[in-house]
Amino acid sequence: MNAMQSGINDFVVKIATVNGTGSASANGLLMKALFRMGVPVTGKNLFPSNIQGLPTWYEVRANHHGYMSRCSRIDVMVAMNAQTYQKDLAEVSPGGFLVYDSTWPREKDLNRHDITVFGVPLSKMCNENFSVARVRILMKNVMYVGVLAALLDLDLEIIKQLLQETFASKPKLIEPNLKAIMLGYDYAQEHFTCPLPIRAETMGDNTGNILITGNEAIGLGCLYAGATVGAWYPITPSTGVMDAFTSYCERFRIDPETGDRNYMIIQAEDELAAAGMVIGANWVGARAFTPTSGPGISLMSEFIGFAYYAEIPSVFINVQRVGPSTGMPTRTQQSDTMLCAYASHGDTRHPILFPADPHECFEMAVKSFDLAERLQTPVFLLSDLDIGMNDWMVPELNWDDAYRPDRGKVLRADDLAEIERFTRYLDTDGDGIPYRTLPGDDPKGAYFTRGSGHNKYGAYTEDSDEYQEILDRLLVKWDTAKTLVPDAVLSPSSKKTKLGMIAYGSSDGAVIEARDRLAESGIHVNYLRIRAFPFTSEVHEFLEAHDTIYVVEQNRDAQMKALLMLEANDIADRLVSILHYNGMPIPSECVVTGVTRHQGLEVAA
Amino acid sequence: MTYLARPKIELPGQKTNAIGLTLRDYEGALSTLCAGCGHDSITAALVQALWEMSLRPEMLIKLSGIGCSSKTPAYFVHGAHGFNSVHGRMPSVATGALAANRDLVGIGVSGDGDSLSIGFGQFGHVIRRNVNMLYLIENNGVYGLTKGQFSASADAGSTSKRGEVNQMQNINAVATAISMGASFVGRGFSGDRDQLVPLIKAAIAHPGCAVLDVISPCVTFNDHEGSTKSYAYTREHKLRATEADLIPPRAEIRASYYAGDTYPVRMHDGSTILLKKVDPDYDPTRRNNALGYLERHRRHGEIVTGVLFIDQNVPDMHEQSRSRLQPLRDLAFDELCPGSEELKKLQAGMK
Repeated sequence: MNAMQSGINDFVVKIATVNGTGSASANGLLMKALFRMGVPVTGKNLFPSNIQGLPTWYEVRANHHGYMSRCSRIDVMVAMNAQTYQKDLAEVSPGGFLVYDSTWPREKDLNRHDITVFGVPLSKMCNENFSVARVRILMKNVMYVGVLAALLDLDLEIIKQLLQETFASKPKLIEPNLKAIMLGYDYAQEHFTCPLPIRAETMGDNTGNILITGNEAIGLGCLYAGATVGAWYPITPSTGVMDAFTSYCERFRIDPETGDRNYMIIQAEDELAAAGMVIGANWVGARAFTPTSGPGISLMSEFIGFAYYAEIPSVFINVQRVGPSTGMPTRTQQSDTMLCAYASHGDTRHPILFPADPHECFEMAVKSFDLAERLQTPVFLLSDLDIGMNDWMVPELNWDDAYRPDRGKVLRADDLAEIERFTRYLDTDGDGIPYRTLPGDDPKGAYFTRGSGHNKYGAYTEDSDEYQEILDRLLVKWDTAKTLVPDAVLSPSSKKTKLGMIAYGSSDGAVIEARDRLAESGIHVNYLRIRAFPFTSEVHEFLEAHDTIYVVEQNRDAQMKALLMLEANDIADRLVSILHYNGMPIPSECVVTGVTRHQGLEVAA
Repeated sequence: MTYLARPKIELPGQKTNAIGLTLRDYEGALSTLCAGCGHDSITAALVQALWEMSLRPEMLIKLSGIGCSSKTPAYFVHGAHGFNSVHGRMPSVATGALAANRDLVGIGVSGDGDSLSIGFGQFGHVIRRNVNMLYLIENNGVYGLTKGQFSASADAGSTSKRGEVNQMQNINAVATAISMGASFVGRGFSGDRDQLVPLIKAAIAHPGCAVLDVISPCVTFNDHEGSTKSYAYTREHKLRATEADLIPPRAEIRASYYAGDTYPVRMHDGSTILLKKVDPDYDPTRRNNALGYLERHRRHGEIVTGVLFIDQNVPDMHEQSRSRLQPLRDLAFDELCPGSEELKKLQAGMK
């Protein structure tokens, strides 16, 4: 356990509750209160694959530096679940605090002398003040927010304002919620020394930032990209993408007078069908997508290879969870990197975008459609459960009203009128991207789409040269893709160094924090965040410029490192993996320890 | 699936349809199936039916899975887009395509292996969604391309070319479709073009998923003694329950059509299917009657043909999802993207 390093606006609160007791809204209230005080804040939901009854945790990290990654320190534990009390108590960092419901006595042998324990008779106060059983359960959660408000010096006015906004449509609920807050708050003020040395302090108002999950941001991105067809099979943790897309469509895509919908969402019978629907809709000229997770990609793989070879745009959103197999559906990992890069049999390779947070999820969702249509190929948006389902504080999303979708090389009826003959797979521009036509436009544009061998004219072939010509041309297209995908982001160290670090996606936050801490110990690393596959030229330059390159990722088999080794020459002996794959979001300590161990140093972590 | 272009020969005096196209305009590449294959007769019937219906070739999409049957979309309407997808997954591609453009006329060609084995799930769900398309099963009871294995539609007790007896019960495409809630189910025989052409036309005119099971003998692997999908067996045991004819919009519906066992079924596009009951016991508008009839005749080894079930009032996929009449893929971007002001407003709730 790490030593306490907490202070003002730098702490972690962990709340242990039971799934299905309505703690999400209480935790949201806590998050938003900190957010409105201007404190950078993130919330990680550590939950079971269960609807009701199993233990669940929520971690709120407030950090004035803006570090967004998970931190393995626990400063304040709110232990609401008797079932997990012993474990929760053990997890508190030395010098930390624990709040529990003292309505019932604890076992005496469960105690720690290096932390401070606060007993609050939450159930008792609820029973005395609220009569309906369900309300008692809900208010017990709200009440611990009141206790935390006193302990952490949260702004009560902000909390009151939030309650009024939350229940604007159900004003009757404002009063009991407020009462529960005050009961908790007053009890803490009366019985404990409030506030604690670790506490919140207003540091602005977070103008320009929002709280959002990656799944919501992707759903919004699909809406803004002009997607009209979404096909999916429900799977944790990607379901939120379609939930968000659905609710945004209901808000923005329904004709208020006629009720007509400018979209269609199809809940498919399985992921195979979802992939087929997306490919069919894109073939006809709509922007269509499917959100899924690793098991879904496994099932979709045959169709993904089809779309690669027949060159049909399609967007596959993979919100990764823990594999292999069913794995741990409610835990996070970056273990589908290799799967998505080469999904399907035969020689196939696919562009992947790696968003690091919900802000990028929004931008990259839009980009995925542009790339898919420009390149006429399946494109993967590779998020994960940490980004997708957790609450992130990110800069506001921006939209350029001048944006127009890149529909790629499509010949419509007017274009066809001007050419003598249309052939589907001819590379007339030398970029490896042929022209396509859409059904419903003109018989002159008709061609036969097939996953079987075809030549550049679109006709069936079993001729070796004709077959190979297409396969080679697809590699030309792959080179074009390298110039179109998002660049990697370089963060140079303040000191000249031959140490490099590569990460992607949700590992970014841990790396940012770890680099600061390593720099304090005199270890300086340049950092390159990869944002896409195929690798752009900066990736190769970065690999060449460093003697040692740490590759940080959340999987066992060093999948990104393997991809780098496949794509770049003579780098194997310079790449050092730092891996984290237990299903929890990667903490910065993992990166610090990985580097210092490799450097043969011991740093007070 | 070798591709041979069919030489287009313009013959003076060829008949044209209502949009000025000849039968040749509805043909495709030359077939590479075995000589005498039932599938080629079905292709010819499709060409005839589509020509008679005066469908604009570019408004047609032809989709298929994998197998002998799935090669055939290349053999008709060269001016239509075709899609030879992966095995058993044609329905999902058709669903997505028709979701994106509801004005297209979808024809999915499948086989008994493609629909009743590997694609059994998608077969059921395209029916459940009532996607507006013709779902044509070219049913020969056998895997031809892999040289003669039984398919799921092979009857119990029938024998393979090598003499093995099939022990398993068959999956009956029409009974399955009716019991799964299909809005249109028919059965034909590749060797009876007079019956098949109107059946195809009625199925295309039907506003929903029209399943048409066509017995289509495999001359190479399943046309022997002991087969129940051979030309000889089918001819001998074929029984017509109903006869259908499609009367185009604007044509006069004569009073005599309402007499006796003939009755018109008006379609949403204004055309009419004229259904004539050959067997007075048969009622193609009642699911249990149709299933009972099929089962009674199945026991005697008889193959019931015609329009076997029809219900025009089942909402199709677009009606179910209340999507707009204009094809989704034609909507202007401005109608789809809410713009920067709305994004700002939306984010006010995320603070």
